[in-house]
Amino acid sequence: MSVRNIIALIMFTILAVFFVFTALMIHPFGDPKVSKMDDYIIMNTQNETGTNSGVTTIVFDYRGFDTLGEATILFAAVSGVLMIFRRVKK
Amino acid sequence: MSEMSKIVRTLSNVIFPFIMIFGLYIIAHGHLTPGGGFQGGAVAASGCAMLVVAYGSTWVFEKIKASRLSAFESIGALGFIGVAFFGLIFGGWFFNNFLVRSGIIFNNVPATGYTGADFNTAGVLPLMNFAVGVKVIAGLFVIVLIMAYASSVKEWKQ
Repeated sequence: MSVRNIIALIMFTILAVFFVFTALMIHPFGDPKVSKMDDYIIMNTQNETGTNSGVTTIVFDYRGFDTLGEATILFAAVSGVLMIFRRVKK
Repeated sequence: MSEMSKIVRTLSNVIFPFIMIFGLYIIAHGHLTPGGGFQGGAVAASGCAMLVVAYGSTWVFEKIKASRLSAFESIGALGFIGVAFFGLIFGGWFFNNFLVRSGIIFNNVPATGYTGADFNTAGVLPLMNFAVGVKVIAGLFVIVLIMAYASSVKEWKQ
């Protein structure tokens, strides 16, 4: 095995252990059955933002920065595809 | 990728307007029904990808320039951030929903509880849905189109 393969194997092992431990440490599904944030969003969405759809309110209003990051990811993906598949001059 | 048979092209001609209308409906009603800019944009962009499959990427690539689609994608991103900055200017902080109760547009506030769907609500959310929809349509379509075209043209790789 070359040095590069050994390094790749070590990195793969570290990543695999990290992911497995992360998956094991996740709290069970629906663990906090009732949280204050759910009740707050359900009760105050229509009054505060004037929106009937609570999911859209969370995505675009309460958690707008997450959507901004998602838009940035899409922009980076399009930029990367256009850069990789650009027409190369001889 | 060359074009497919006449049956496929005719059927895609029939289906294409319905897919686009459904996608635009999901974008426009993002603040009332499930869905929004991303989901509706993905539906509409898959309709455009169906045209790429049916008619061939070279035909579509000659009709629509990829740089123009990329420009539309940037315009959507700028619109999204621009609406957020308008919130900073008019409302005091970034992503402020400054149009609610402002008396300009989209300014109605529904009663709390089970209410009917009123299109003229939700403040800046329809604008953001529209910007993200334009961005996702152009972005996904240009990704599919440029990959299909670059894999079909031989002299592209050089």
